[in-house]
Amino acid sequence: MRNTTENEELKYYKSVALLSIICILANQENLFNNYQAINQRFHIMAAINLTVNGKKQTLNIDPNTPMLWVLRDHLNLVGAKYGCGIAACGACTVHLNGTAVRSCQLPVSAAAGSKITTIEGLSEKGDHPVQKAWIEHDVSQCGYCQAGQIMSAAALLKTTPKPTDEQIDNAMNGNICRCGTYLRIHAAIKTASKS
Amino acid sequence: MKTEKNTIDRRSFLKSTALAGGGLMIGFSWLTSAKAASANAVVAPVELSGYIKIGADGVITLMAPNPEFGQNVKTSLPMLIAEELDIDWKKIVVEQAPHDRKYGGQFTGGSNGVRSAWRSLRTAGATARQMLIEAAAQIWGVPATEITTGAGVVYHKISGKSAPYGDLAAKAATLPTPTGLTLKGVKDFKVIGTSTKNVDGVKIATGKPLFTIDIKHEGMLIAMITHAPGFGLKLKSLDDMAARKMPGIKDIFTIDTYAEGTRVGGFNATTFNNLVVVVGNSTWEVMNAKKALKTEWEPMPGAVLESTVTQRQKMEEMSKQQVNAARKDGDPEAAFKSAAKVIERTYTAPFLAHNPMEPINFFANVTADKAELAGPLQAPGMIESAISARIGIPADKIDIQLTRMGGGFGRRAYSHYAVEAAVISQKMKAPIKLVYTREDDMTGGVYRPHYTATYRAALDANNNLIGFHVRGGGVPESAVAANRFPAGAVDNYLAESWTIRSNVTVGAFRAPGSNFIGGAEQSFLDEVAEAAGKDPIEFRLELLERARTKPVGQRNDYDAERYAGVLKLVKEKSNWGQSKPGISRGVAAYFCHNSYVAQVVDLVMVKNEPVIQKVYNAVDCGVVVNPIAAANLCEGGCVDAIGNALFGEMTIKDGRPEKSNFDKYRMIRHKEAPKAIEVHFVKSEKDPTGLGEPLFPPMFGALANALYKGTKKRFYQQPFNIKERLAEGKPAV
Repeated sequence: MRNTTENEELKYYKSVALLSIICILANQENLFNNYQAINQRFHIMAAINLTVNGKKQTLNIDPNTPMLWVLRDHLNLVGAKYGCGIAACGACTVHLNGTAVRSCQLPVSAAAGSKITTIEGLSEKGDHPVQKAWIEHDVSQCGYCQAGQIMSAAALLKTTPKPTDEQIDNAMNGNICRCGTYLRIHAAIKTASKS
Repeated sequence: MKTEKNTIDRRSFLKSTALAGGGLMIGFSWLTSAKAASANAVVAPVELSGYIKIGADGVITLMAPNPEFGQNVKTSLPMLIAEELDIDWKKIVVEQAPHDRKYGGQFTGGSNGVRSAWRSLRTAGATARQMLIEAAAQIWGVPATEITTGAGVVYHKISGKSAPYGDLAAKAATLPTPTGLTLKGVKDFKVIGTSTKNVDGVKIATGKPLFTIDIKHEGMLIAMITHAPGFGLKLKSLDDMAARKMPGIKDIFTIDTYAEGTRVGGFNATTFNNLVVVVGNSTWEVMNAKKALKTEWEPMPGAVLESTVTQRQKMEEMSKQQVNAARKDGDPEAAFKSAAKVIERTYTAPFLAHNPMEPINFFANVTADKAELAGPLQAPGMIESAISARIGIPADKIDIQLTRMGGGFGRRAYSHYAVEAAVISQKMKAPIKLVYTREDDMTGGVYRPHYTATYRAALDANNNLIGFHVRGGGVPESAVAANRFPAGAVDNYLAESWTIRSNVTVGAFRAPGSNFIGGAEQSFLDEVAEAAGKDPIEFRLELLERARTKPVGQRNDYDAERYAGVLKLVKEKSNWGQSKPGISRGVAAYFCHNSYVAQVVDLVMVKNEPVIQKVYNAVDCGVVVNPIAAANLCEGGCVDAIGNALFGEMTIKDGRPEKSNFDKYRMIRHKEAPKAIEVHFVKSEKDPTGLGEPLFPPMFGALANALYKGTKKRFYQQPFNIKERLAEGKPAV
């Protein structure tokens, strides 16, 4: 543990948050990983305010902890899945202020003050148009990647309510489905876009 | 023998229990509190057999005996029970059965789920229905023969009496089990053949905990392992000083998965028996400590550190040598000598990692006298005795719960990780969840073998196929299937098979053997048809007609008529023979896992990359139990095969797997999937056969054959590496 004054801490989190977001937005995974590796040496625990699925909560946690493990291990929200840990498969996809992000590469500190939405919070009754379309098309085989697929699809439809095939292809290309349900995923997004 | 689980709380597992944090947890009986269990026990449903429970409230629970990893067995197997039980599918609950010998083999693999349960589960439904009829007959004092059923209700139409199953279950359970019942004919099926949605579909779409990786347990610790970085390596030194001091870490130690002297093989196979284990409070903390371990590895005594390149050289040498014939018909040597044309081609395919999306993980809570285990297992019955022997707890004190699996593809039949988790839990005296990182999983061996096959065909002056020769092998297994087509259709036929030993571990991978040899053979036949100046479908149909009317040899393991049937169906559905401007088409057909599949691929080349416009499938798998899920599985088989044909490859250097995550190991992605897939099932009253695997092998051939039309290049090596092939011989830009 490193002792820091309150002011230092605040600066630190702000810098972590800012740099992480820049790295993610710029798609600079290597830079981001290096940055994270340096940070891990500090072992700082911090009180971090989060809004997850509309619920405000404070966690005392290592600020470098990826959001994925905060959700899964600390908040018992296990819908987002671990698949690769390097933002290459999309199984961990959640929404950060409405945008699809890979939670395995999102430090919890970078989410402080932002709104996180997981599959559990996508709709109150499991009736988001994308979820309904997934059920209608009987998309799933093993089902493991589907929460991530649904979150990517829901984020796409938010910005692009009537996506073209190409827009769907581009938005969904980061989500691997090992069972090969891509055609049903595509068709379900088309159906959801009509509702 | 396992004892029967007779208490209601032990049967009520996999419930989702609300947590204070707003989330849910997976709830096996032993994860829920005793209080909750006794509350459930107030309305104990009546068990009419291991598969059927009927509550007084009318709720009917059907047990899904086999573990589910995406083939839909959790839905389609209970459908078999429902068909004969005569109930309303909308009013039932499906539960995943735990491991218990009363459910038989509980093996999900070999495309065998529906095939092996076809009679037993329908019989279970018919038996319970008959007991309910008998109960009504006794209560109403009427002959059982006058009683009918419909949608979960028993009727005596003469007296106008009726009663729902729930009212009769208690009485029915006291009656003797009837035998010799007649099952419904195909024409009378109401449930079977009706598209029925995945029973877990809503839970999946809403992110409910269904997988072992989602399990929570009071006091549960997270365990991770570090295994040797390569085949033939063992731990030389471990420095865990820094890792031990890291936050949340409970312990670091090494384990042997199996005790020294244990005979390990078959489904108990393990790659790296000696493991470094890190145990701590949370996944992220343990992951970080694992990264901080300093390990040195050294070759095991006498171990060769193999490489893909050196293996390939050895395979080329073996391919030149005559080896023992697996089958010989006629005089192949003479046929090749007298041939007007001889075509010879060699095909190769690399190791493949299974890469199911849920990395290997397992839950274990081993106490002094019992073990509570849960995990993704394709074959729970095959690991139980190994666990028992390793932790010294008798099998009847080992409870194995089966969760939905995030994919399997064969990998989860090799469940060394269940033993590892049990050993770690026993040592920690705590419930633990063992979680492999993606890297641990991908570099952990048990790969699809490294294959090759050399084919030769002899054509006479009239372009008749007079000789056929396949010589194939691999590291460390051969894919040659000597008695499959075109064996039986050619007078002079020779199949030879060889293997090269290796310390790289391999295992069943979706359609073992067939997943290489099917595509290789179908690519080769395409080239032979072309050399003979024949249409590739007509060429195959001619051979199949020969095999049907005048088969060569006795051991041909296919039905030539059904084989020809799928080719004719795909020809019709794809309008084969009608030219489509700009479209390159390829065809293939294969028989494995007792099913027949023919496929046509339509593609266009865009910037030296294939865009697959459409795949047409014709499938003969007997009766189709659940059409919507069956089509999904067929689509998945095509997509998976296209992905592996284009990109799938694990290479080894100095014993070390060279790819460890999805950044380097290319998987097929959304953009690369076909734009459309049609699946046409042959209408059949024959008993169902496999479906999880048969679509996979021929697609490698159909794709290669379509690519040939689009690029004028044949693709002999998997992965196809199209861009590199097309750049061959061209000056670098």
